Amino acid sequence: MGVIATLSATLSYLLSHFDTFLTLLREHLTLVLVSVVLAIVVAVPLGIVATRNDHAKRVVLGIGNIAQTVPTLAIIALVFPLLGLGFLPSLVGLFTYALLPILTNTVTGLENVDENTVAAARGMGMTENQILRKIKLPLALPVIFAGIRTSAVLNVGTAYLAFFIGGGGLGVWVITGISLFDTPQLLAGAIPGALLAIGLDSLFALIERYLGNDSLQDQTVVTG
Amino acid sequence: MNDTTDSPTQERSNMITFDNVTKVYPDDTVAIENISFEVERGTTTVFVGPSGCGKTTTMTLVNRLEEPTEGAVYYDGTDIQELNTVELRRDIGYVIQEIGLFDHMTVGENIATVPELRGWEQDRIDDRVDELLSLMDLPSETYRDQYPTALSGGQQQRVGVARALAADPDVILMDEPFGALDPITRTELQDEFLEIQARIDTTILFVTHDINEALKMGDKIAIFDVGELVQYGTPQEILANPANDFVKQFIGADRTLKELQITRIEDVMRSDEAGRETPATAVDGGAGVSEISTGSSVHVSPDDTADIALSRMIETDTEALQVVDDDDVVGVVTEQDIRDYRTATEVGA
Repeated sequence: MGVIATLSATLSYLLSHFDTFLTLLREHLTLVLVSVVLAIVVAVPLGIVATRNDHAKRVVLGIGNIAQTVPTLAIIALVFPLLGLGFLPSLVGLFTYALLPILTNTVTGLENVDENTVAAARGMGMTENQILRKIKLPLALPVIFAGIRTSAVLNVGTAYLAFFIGGGGLGVWVITGISLFDTPQLLAGAIPGALLAIGLDSLFALIERYLGNDSLQDQTVVTG
Repeated sequence: MNDTTDSPTQERSNMITFDNVTKVYPDDTVAIENISFEVERGTTTVFVGPSGCGKTTTMTLVNRLEEPTEGAVYYDGTDIQELNTVELRRDIGYVIQEIGLFDHMTVGENIATVPELRGWEQDRIDDRVDELLSLMDLPSETYRDQYPTALSGGQQQRVGVARALAADPDVILMDEPFGALDPITRTELQDEFLEIQARIDTTILFVTHDINEALKMGDKIAIFDVGELVQYGTPQEILANPANDFVKQFIGADRTLKELQITRIEDVMRSDEAGRETPATAVDGGAGVSEISTGSSVHVSPDDTADIALSRMIETDTEALQVVDDDDVVGVVTEQDIRDYRTATEVGA
């Protein structure tokens, strides 16, 4: 089957199952967004705490590293006896997976703020809270956002595995497609995922631009 | 120099007083030991010495970035331990060698930092920022909304100085502020800062390792040697009477030349009237005043320094020069006058 023929078969599969597609896409997007937002809510404050003392940093980064090393499938397998099948265990798995990039980048971003800048701020009479809010976080923002974007893109891919514990998402088509050697179905699940990854990356880039400022856009990006 | 620190009248005119201050770091390094001195209100005091002599530590004790291990530091007569750290720092301008501008804020926002912390009204802040930018020779329309990364090193440090001046601080601490700049920009900023300093009534503490900068900027100079304050006095006093070999060595072999560089003709010259009345005393076997005051095109101004006068004398092979201020001949200066003045300071001090 030629490329053109495959793609047109994919398109017609997608259009003829459009309602299902929308459901799967919604499930997929929900898994990714909710897990990443939860990861931001947990990892950024945790990263801030970690930069305040070395012991906390070792513990936090240690846990984050372990969470990242364990395969998602294994996390899902571990969560499954506790939470059963479906959306929630999938979410827990994805959340765990999204933590580390955001956490390490928050720590790296905050620690890489020039200490002279901080000394100047302190010497001018900013409180430690003001230094964090007005100086450190804004300056670390590009690095933190790089972590968020990494997590989001990673999770678009990882969310395909949610299918295995009944979490839904585009994995349903991809994995069924693989099992049935149904290439159009597989691609109808896979290609939107790729576009979704690109789309989310751009979305977070836009949010970053809105929150941050132009002078820092060129700053090099560090990922964990 | 270590006289009655405790008398109340003394304290009122002193902005900053160090009373037997010792600072030992947690790793047992003794940064400074038993240091006492007073800084008069409205003057510039320069801390100078080699690296690791404790001069920066001494400065950071004032805005409590470091705390003394023993002894006390008084700010405007109050022990700084009794003052709120954050409030104290907002009263004190702070300029560091690394500048430390906030790269995510515009030049205007950087300068507005302390006024904003102090809760000034926006209009007042805006006016102040414009005023400071023009003072620093950075036109507001061009620079106000720029980000610091777009500026040269010299421009960045101008913004750094403007930021320190923003809330009209009573005291400004400057830690090697011009140390990272190229020599030409450094001289430019030093000159500008001297002009600004003449217009404001601020007490300035200035750290440098460069004795020439110290002599140029300081009303008083404190020379440090490894944790110890070895001499504290005016540039003239220090050049005329170095306290010990360390100071002598630190000043360098061209001590006399440096002395001439800070000796103003105004202080050395004889005024025109005195010269005319007693022409015979003008010079030992040199030209008489009448002879000098006619025709000679080589002259100096009262604001020039003695090294310039001597240099002109050597250039033109004369021993006396007219002192001219705004086209009026106001006096005369001879090589012997300069020699006599120098001898007098050395003996008198």
